[in-house]
Amino acid sequence: MEFGFTTAAYVVAAVLFILSLGGLSGQESAKRAVWYGIVGMALAVAATLVGPGSGYWLLSVLMIIGGGAIGYQLATKVQMTQMPELVAAMHSLVGLAAVFVGLIAHIELGRVLAMDDAQKKALEGFAALLAKKDGVEIGILRVELFLGIFIGAITFTGSVIAYGKLAGKVDSAATKLPGGHMLNAAAAGLSLITLIWYVNTGGVLPLALMTLAALFIGYHLIMGIGGADMPVVVSMLNSYSGWAAAAIGFSLGNDLLIVVGALVGSSGAILSYIMCKAMNRSFISVILGGFGGPAGEQMAVEGEQVAIDTDGVASALNEADSVIIIPGYGMAVAQAQAAVAELVRKLRAQGKTVRFAIHPVAGRLPGHMNVLLAEAKVPYDIVMEMDEINEDFPSTDVAIVIGSNDIVNPAAQDDPNSPIAGMPVLECWKAKQVFVSKRGQGTGYSGIENPLFYKENTRMYYGDAKESLNKLLPMID
Amino acid sequence: MKIGTPKEVFEGENRVGMTPDSAKQLQKLGYDCMIETGAGANAGFSDALYKDAGVEVVKTAAALWKGADIVAKVRQPEAAELKRMREGQTLISFFTPAANDAGMDAAKKKGTNVIAMEMVPRISRAQKMDALSSMANIAGYRAVIEAGNNFPRFFTGQITAAGKVPPAKVLVVGAGVAGLAAIGTSTSLGAITYAFDVRPEVAEQVESMGAEFVFLDFNEEQADGAATGGYAAVSSPEFAAAQLAKFREIAPDMDIVITTALIPNREAPELWTKDMVDAMKPGSVIVDLAAEKGGNCKLTVKDEKIVTDNGVTIIGYTDFPSRMAAQASTLYATNIRHMMTDLTPEKDGQINHNMEDDVIRGATVTFDKEITFPPPPPKIQAIAAQKKEPIKELTAEEKRAAETAAFKAQTKSQVTLLTVGAVLLLGVGLVAPASFMQHFIVFVLAVFVGFQVIWGVAHSLHTPLMAVTNAISSIIILGALMQIASGSFLVILLAAVSVFMTGINIFGGFLVTRRMLAMFQKS
Repeated sequence: MEFGFTTAAYVVAAVLFILSLGGLSGQESAKRAVWYGIVGMALAVAATLVGPGSGYWLLSVLMIIGGGAIGYQLATKVQMTQMPELVAAMHSLVGLAAVFVGLIAHIELGRVLAMDDAQKKALEGFAALLAKKDGVEIGILRVELFLGIFIGAITFTGSVIAYGKLAGKVDSAATKLPGGHMLNAAAAGLSLITLIWYVNTGGVLPLALMTLAALFIGYHLIMGIGGADMPVVVSMLNSYSGWAAAAIGFSLGNDLLIVVGALVGSSGAILSYIMCKAMNRSFISVILGGFGGPAGEQMAVEGEQVAIDTDGVASALNEADSVIIIPGYGMAVAQAQAAVAELVRKLRAQGKTVRFAIHPVAGRLPGHMNVLLAEAKVPYDIVMEMDEINEDFPSTDVAIVIGSNDIVNPAAQDDPNSPIAGMPVLECWKAKQVFVSKRGQGTGYSGIENPLFYKENTRMYYGDAKESLNKLLPMID
Repeated sequence: MKIGTPKEVFEGENRVGMTPDSAKQLQKLGYDCMIETGAGANAGFSDALYKDAGVEVVKTAAALWKGADIVAKVRQPEAAELKRMREGQTLISFFTPAANDAGMDAAKKKGTNVIAMEMVPRISRAQKMDALSSMANIAGYRAVIEAGNNFPRFFTGQITAAGKVPPAKVLVVGAGVAGLAAIGTSTSLGAITYAFDVRPEVAEQVESMGAEFVFLDFNEEQADGAATGGYAAVSSPEFAAAQLAKFREIAPDMDIVITTALIPNREAPELWTKDMVDAMKPGSVIVDLAAEKGGNCKLTVKDEKIVTDNGVTIIGYTDFPSRMAAQASTLYATNIRHMMTDLTPEKDGQINHNMEDDVIRGATVTFDKEITFPPPPPKIQAIAAQKKEPIKELTAEEKRAAETAAFKAQTKSQVTLLTVGAVLLLGVGLVAPASFMQHFIVFVLAVFVGFQVIWGVAHSLHTPLMAVTNAISSIIILGALMQIASGSFLVILLAAVSVFMTGINIFGGFLVTRRMLAMFQKS
């Protein structure tokens, strides 16, 4: 097939991908946007299969179908609450694929360079492309594929650890090996040395060394980031996987790879930046793993937590005119979103104003709560962002906190020594009454005491969120 | 210990400090109760009722003052009663400590501990003993009833076969407890009710009672009611002038005016001047609840009802609670009983005069031969201070200037970024070969497009965005596909595995995104 056709298909695919990302600006256009992405991907794969340089297309198609079947299984079976894990796990695949593709490029490069001119002329496809390169270009190529492998390897181990943390298989607290950031710096330094070594010699040893170092960096970087920062981590890994693809695109001379890799990379970076702003954290300190500890004594919390039973919550809800629900990761853990939706449906049927207040970092993935509520068929026009709803708390009768903690912690505003000081929070304590559905008296993910629980207008509604709500539901009439 | 209640000696006072019901409650606290014969007669509580409740009825006031360890009464003690006080006795009653030096001195000399009911601090915990509020509530209700008694028309508007009756218009000045009670009564009788108060924050309470708040066209910062324990403070001359102007404007329309404006320990402010009275229609009624402190209207005569030359009735009674003696006594006796509960934490019939307690300390005016008035400010703030709204209206010029400045700053940062970017690009272009530059331009443009596109993504769609970018990032499959054909077995193996993995990703990513998006729905 003509080379021109492939390029044309690539241009169309690139435009489709851009439209696909841009379409996510609204719920309705998003449904169309996914189709753009799917068509773009199909076009790109098809054009590559029939284009120059490919072969064994039967094997390729079989592999795609095999992988597709597994992907289909995963995507249809996964619980919405496990979405963060799934996304993290899939990132690791992209990272690993980037490492492999980089390695192949290295092997090919070695093979082509060993050939003489006559053999080079007989080459086809990717190898032929390599054969045409001169000295400087080969140097650049080596840097590119080196970077591709480096970023890919970090993405791979990082995603695996992120998956482990999200799935609860790895302790989610921020842990660092002795040496902390120095280890990361050393590994990065080693990578830099091996880069120079590799560009000059083209040997396999520096490449292998660097891969090991990068794998270590990925592992150690993500281990050092606490559970509460997971939304940032996931979107950051997303960004990394994009940059890896772009780097590989350079080494293969494939513009579509570059375009899409850059798109994904920059979108992930912006997403991480938005998350960090929402948490009032330094973008740099989060990406580099962990952040500074508290500067001084934290304020002691006074008072006691007052419990309330189901009857009390039910009668308060029956009397209230306006209710705001603040869901958090606890709701996801307890799978309580359907019960919450049912509660909302009943309250709305009585003509009460019921809304959801979603903190930008609620849950373990950007927009996690929105997805869960959508799954439970909560209409999205009553789901509000923090900035939209924060001013409405003083005129609200009842605020219900379901399984969130840090995002409703008044210490962020009151206590300059709190680890979350300055982070914007949902000011639910300004509502006339606050109910906190919580499993027990323990602290939240970040391990910080929450003065909200001790406030005079706060009542603790202990118990598993789903069970509590199911007990509550029959009492709402 | 014994609690005794004498008959009120003040002329025309019908209330009593103990009812049969409150006596039963006091006995539960471990006290013995006694009462002077006939003390409750005017409030509708006969001696027999007290006897049934287990109260000892004594013949004379002298015997009662002698026998009781605690004397609970309503009015501030008269000279004769002050003489009967004795050492170690506790007296609970209204005492007007600020204007009752004789009483204070007598109590100090005799060694009587006096708890003045009007000094109970206005904090949530002490509301149950706040006798001023419970009496003011009655006064507010009764003021409307008295007004109605002297008002020759209906309160409510009616359209009858015999013609149309316009509704009465009632203005309540001062939205304290009495004012709010008056508003409630007046609106429930069907009158159109207006209310005014110098504390703008009570507008909400006024509106919740169904009245319309009369706002002044005045911008001066008003003293926050929270700073003065929930009572009104003295207003500035300019404010007072604006207020009078407003009243003058609405005076001809009003049928009934009820003034309740009192400032603690001061003469009542003059709010309803003679010219306003003159402007009112004949038959209109003014009820001045501040008559005891000189009245909000200077024409008011204390304890009397007068009719002006233009036919406006002005009522200056000061004994509204006493006119509803049964109700007033019940509430007052309950306030006393709550005070006793706080004074008897052990419920053993022994008084524990705890001067560390905010409420008890605040209400005690003499203790242990010392005058303890005025009390220190309570440790707990009565009412949360109103938040000041710091929003400043910018003028049009300031806004424009700010916009221009922002625009300039934005332009500056963009130009800087562009220059730096261009220099970097040129720098790279100088060293790198043309084939690299070709790709590099594409790369830079793609990053730029990514930045532009992502800012517009809705926050709630961040998870789908992650899933879709995840799916799209498997574009790396192209790399594997391009390489699969060329080279050795190892290459084929690695490439095949890569294709396989990215295949999972493509299908998984897109399907998951679709699943998520399908769930978003409008209500």
